Amino acid sequence: MSDHEYTPKSKAGKWFNDRLPLLTLANHLTDYPTPKNLNYWWTFGGILTFCLITQIVTGLVLAMHYIAHADMAFESVEHIMRDVNYGWLIRYIHANGASMFFLAVYIHIFRSLFYGSYKSPREIIWIIGIIIYLLMMAAAFMGYVLPWGQMSFWGATVITNLFSAIPFVGEGVVTWLWGGYSVDNPTLTRFFTLHYLIPFLILGLVVLHIWALHVPGNNNPVGIDVKKPSKDTVPFHPYIVIKDGFALLMFMIVFAFFVFYAPNILGHADNYIEANPLVTPAHIVPEWYLLPFYAILRSVPDKLLGVVAMLSAILILAVLPWLDTSKIRSAVFRPLYKQFYWILVADVLILGYVGAMPAEGLYLLIARVATAYYFLHFLVILPVLGLKERTIPLPLSITEPVLGGSPNMAMAKKKESKIE
Amino acid sequence: MSDKKPERRDFLFTATYAVGAVGAAAVVWPLVDQMNPDASVKALASTEVNVSSLKPGNTITVLWRGKPVFIRRRTQEEIDVARSVKMEDLIHPEKDEDRAKNPEWLVMLGVCTHLGCVPLNDKGDYDGWFCPCHGSHYDTSGRIRKGPAPWNMEIPKYEFVNANTIKIG
Repeated sequence: MSDHEYTPKSKAGKWFNDRLPLLTLANHLTDYPTPKNLNYWWTFGGILTFCLITQIVTGLVLAMHYIAHADMAFESVEHIMRDVNYGWLIRYIHANGASMFFLAVYIHIFRSLFYGSYKSPREIIWIIGIIIYLLMMAAAFMGYVLPWGQMSFWGATVITNLFSAIPFVGEGVVTWLWGGYSVDNPTLTRFFTLHYLIPFLILGLVVLHIWALHVPGNNNPVGIDVKKPSKDTVPFHPYIVIKDGFALLMFMIVFAFFVFYAPNILGHADNYIEANPLVTPAHIVPEWYLLPFYAILRSVPDKLLGVVAMLSAILILAVLPWLDTSKIRSAVFRPLYKQFYWILVADVLILGYVGAMPAEGLYLLIARVATAYYFLHFLVILPVLGLKERTIPLPLSITEPVLGGSPNMAMAKKKESKIE
Repeated sequence: MSDKKPERRDFLFTATYAVGAVGAAAVVWPLVDQMNPDASVKALASTEVNVSSLKPGNTITVLWRGKPVFIRRRTQEEIDVARSVKMEDLIHPEKDEDRAKNPEWLVMLGVCTHLGCVPLNDKGDYDGWFCPCHGSHYDTSGRIRKGPAPWNMEIPKYEFVNANTIKIG
């Protein structure tokens, strides 16, 4: 909370605030001291909040027209597209909104990886973020099943069958998930229920995510602690609000491009064919944002180990604060980590690419090498690097690299002695 | 733990927790079990299929419990190939005699044992079935020969009601 006591100006405001301190909360949020050197990579938190609200609002109105029944779901989606007023717009915003949500969340995650935002004292913020990410994947997967097209049906079949890899109880778990002996109407209705529930769980976790953020305050590109409030910080409003707002506008231009000019480019044509339990499409692929993990799943020749590898690839992120042994947060001062960071980015992009390709020949080989490297990065490179790397000296404050022109400690010291 | 001897109150706490846990489990179970297959799903447990029009070398696919079932009337050549395979060449060793009691008729779930896709007829390196999803090859007995699938395609419970009708389930 803010370091100063807040008292509302009006008498009515004071009366209300004494009974429910909502105005104190609003004051905390507007005055919240923010490092003044935040760059545009820090605007994706706000963009993600916008994405979540967009998905909830468009999803709510789609649910007014959609029918969660195996015989009617496909037709009701076409009804939304053709008959419902602006139905095409609302559905395209919702469908592309999911992709935009993941685009933003990947930038947000890789921002944290570059600037070490997951390190002490921000581990809880990071772990809540990973839980949100897992819930997002569950929501996106179940949402993709609802139109009951061929990709919906077979995607649901393949993903739920992953649970059959569990020893002994696997088959029972899959039957329980399906509510039958195959993906069918009971599966569709429960997926709809959960797809409706999860965004509100995410909303609750976002509140915790921001609450946990406001305890230590924001990390920043230099990655050193700031004193707050001080000359190192600016109030959230209007400085960050304006910056976030501008970034959001840029993001919305990209969003609008997809919605109005390429609404189906991120989808699959097969999903405009109604679900048919007798015919499997020739090439099953998940949505683009799940491809790296799909590539990891397929790169392991054993069914159970493939599933274990895929889940580990996500869950390993939760223990990242303890795998990275370096005390220095920002990659700016870690010359070696910076290189490994970009190799990891390339590695994940390669995994995404081979995930979309057939699992054979050269693609399979590349997927295996990239999978091995992914785990190598987190399990070997990060722990060793933190102990061995020679880092660049940190500046004394976030103001110093700007005013002093160099992040070099020696120069900073010289300047300090001059001041004395 | 402290050296304090357990009192009446400690016993009451433990008993209360235990009763509470049993009560919570009793409430949770119906909420979990409602997701299992319901009575109407279980009631669709069997299907009868007329196979009189099926010629040798052809396959029909019927839906049973929401899953495809392949019924193939095999040619003599296919039977001979399936029965001459050595057991040590199989990933999941099963005799063709055990999979097709009546050698002319192969009745099996058309579900790949890898991740549940429907394999394609008369395809693959063993002239049986080929799964397009992740590349599993099955022979003319529906046994896995190559690819990520761990087991042979499953043989459901079925019987010939008369010469022309198969009852599955």
